[in-house]
Amino acid sequence: MAFIETLGFGSTGWGGLLLIGALTTLAVTLASLGVGAVLGTLVAWAKLSGNRIAGFVGDAYTTIFRGVPELLVIYLVYFGGSHAVTSAGKALGFEGFLGLPSFLAGAIAVGVISGAYQAEVYRGAFLAVLPGEIEAARAIGMPRLLRFRRIIVPQILRFALPGLGNVWQLSLKDSALVSVTGLAELMRTSQVAAGSTRQYFLFYIVGGCLYLVLTSFSDRAFGAAEAHTGKSFRRGLGRA
Amino acid sequence: MDFPFLIDTLGKLMAALPTTLGLFSLSVTIGGLLAIGIVWMRVSGHFVLERFARAYVFVFRGSPLLIQMFLVYYGLGQFPAVRHSLFWPLLREPFACAVISLALCTAGYTAEIFRGGLLAVPAREVEAARATGMSGFLLLRRIIAPIALRQALPSYSTEIVLMVKSTALASLVTVWEVTGVAQRIISQTYRTMEVFLCAAAIYLVLNFIIVRLIGLWEHRLSRHRRGMPVSSLSKPLQAGGNLGDAS
Amino acid sequence: MTATPPTALTVRDLRKSFGDLPVLKGISLDAREGDVISILGASGSGKSTFLRCINLLETPDSGEITVAGETIAMRRRRDGHMEPSDRKQVDRIRSELGMVFQNFNLWSHMTILENLIEGPIHVLKRSRAEAIAEAEVLLEKVGIADKRHHYPALLSGGQQQRAAIARALAMRPKVMLFDEPTSALDPELVGEVLRVMRALAEEGRTMLVVTHEMGFARNVSNKVMFLHQGLVEAEGSPGEVFDELKSDRFRQFISGFKK
Repeated sequence: MAFIETLGFGSTGWGGLLLIGALTTLAVTLASLGVGAVLGTLVAWAKLSGNRIAGFVGDAYTTIFRGVPELLVIYLVYFGGSHAVTSAGKALGFEGFLGLPSFLAGAIAVGVISGAYQAEVYRGAFLAVLPGEIEAARAIGMPRLLRFRRIIVPQILRFALPGLGNVWQLSLKDSALVSVTGLAELMRTSQVAAGSTRQYFLFYIVGGCLYLVLTSFSDRAFGAAEAHTGKSFRRGLGRA
Repeated sequence: MDFPFLIDTLGKLMAALPTTLGLFSLSVTIGGLLAIGIVWMRVSGHFVLERFARAYVFVFRGSPLLIQMFLVYYGLGQFPAVRHSLFWPLLREPFACAVISLALCTAGYTAEIFRGGLLAVPAREVEAARATGMSGFLLLRRIIAPIALRQALPSYSTEIVLMVKSTALASLVTVWEVTGVAQRIISQTYRTMEVFLCAAAIYLVLNFIIVRLIGLWEHRLSRHRRGMPVSSLSKPLQAGGNLGDAS
Repeated sequence: MTATPPTALTVRDLRKSFGDLPVLKGISLDAREGDVISILGASGSGKSTFLRCINLLETPDSGEITVAGETIAMRRRRDGHMEPSDRKQVDRIRSELGMVFQNFNLWSHMTILENLIEGPIHVLKRSRAEAIAEAEVLLEKVGIADKRHHYPALLSGGQQQRAAIARALAMRPKVMLFDEPTSALDPELVGEVLRVMRALAEEGRTMLVVTHEMGFARNVSNKVMFLHQGLVEAEGSPGEVFDELKSDRFRQFISGFKK
């Protein structure tokens, strides 16, 4: 039973590193969700603004980052970012190549992609808010900002939840591609473990299983959150 | 803008386009056939088959394609039994491994899409077909499949675009398709933005063409939703043909 | 004889068009405190638009609106149309006009009680405790106190509309505006909403009601206004308008609803 030792938490085992890798995967996905939320909100707002130029920029953003391979976006951010950092370093007197920290590069790259999908989610959620409910808020004398904060945002969040669950799952899987930048997340750790032990099959199976744990666990979490917010909500009722 | 560089880059990337297209078309075709098999198992009513189909979808949708691809390419070659089997000439080829893992993965997603289309077929239309004496394969081919396909096409179109993007992963098992070539040019020239734009343009045009083609297909399949077309006079003839077909 | 009650709402020469289509061609109205005015007319006569212009959900092209002595300040845009010059004043006046919509428009992410206290707390800055206490009295009054912790989706249309009336009342409005409050309801649910409205009328509330309910117009309101193609075709007490007016259009309109 040599593989138990290989996978264990002892000094020769990879168990600990794999777990840290899985946590790094979670962390980079979480960070990318945040980056994507900011970008997605801006892009959704641009698309809904009614301004032709903003709308065009928003459409271009979602078309490009939903249509181009994720790997290419990671290269763009990693190499482009490192290039920028290196030039900035030169200006400050540092010589030689400076890399963009791989966690940052990964979070931004996956976040940029996630932002394109999140923009569509938020846009759809905004359009799902019934105009009558916004009108009722106007009729009661709510100023624009209060209306946005009290009536529109809470509903957008609820409508967006299922879509955000899908985006989270996409990002979780996209984060595996960040391994190309050398970030020791789950994919990269599995790769290193597989390479140094020559147990490719074992470690890719174990890595894959850990991903399955992550995706099914987050699927449950989103399901529970949806059930919680949806039990009272009009869409929830419609399904029941 | 350095146009000679852009044109040069575009040329190099276009040279890799056939590889990308090959990966794409082979894996979508094989994946589609696999998906039909999985859906069949899923709705078979047979406990073991249904369980297998569910597990298949769970595994291939729940883990990243990259790890699946590495498992096929590096993992299988680890076993002497595989290396001495008659599949080895295939499994030692990066291109074949990429196609296999792309196909296996898309089959999981596509199976769920097809199943969604199947569930959307109205029971009363199936009943009506049974009432006219249709059953088995004829019922499937003439009534169920066209309706299910039409329902599934919009989601399938999304999946197809995801597949175009997924072919890029083949570069990580040393298949020189468009993204792999782009990465090589970037690391040689450090002109990230220009290379990205060229590669992005190729993918976006490819997506556009594919989505358009599927859109045309959908348009053809949804003739009935557009009311009476100009060629409504030919309708009775067609109906007659269908009747003949069914008898 | 009692003295005439003070004026609650006046509208002077209100005009509004959508694109090239004139919808309101100069409508005026005086509502004294305690007036219940039914606004009748076929669909397309402009009656809903008129109501929505009063609280500026639609911006009128021209005209003057005065609520409890305060005239809404308007300014002329470059294209000749008007727009309110003071957003804050508009919000304040809106908070003094309680609007009840055809489709209830309860906020679906809040419970019934939360719907009622939202405006008092966040717009009127009243204390939460005070808002809740008042809301519970109102819910009792419209007969849905037991539903206070339900979400709107779980209520019938009639209950939702009564909740929406309570929500409007929670703002302690000077005038209540009803925009076809029973048109979206199943026939068997109309009665419960009309009963609540009748009770409000008997309390001496000032109400403007756009409606198709002839019974309500005749028996509850003290004034009736009949709009046709953007103009006032007839107005006066229900008796005058229903019995004495010889307008063919009005007869057609009424007989259309008596069928």
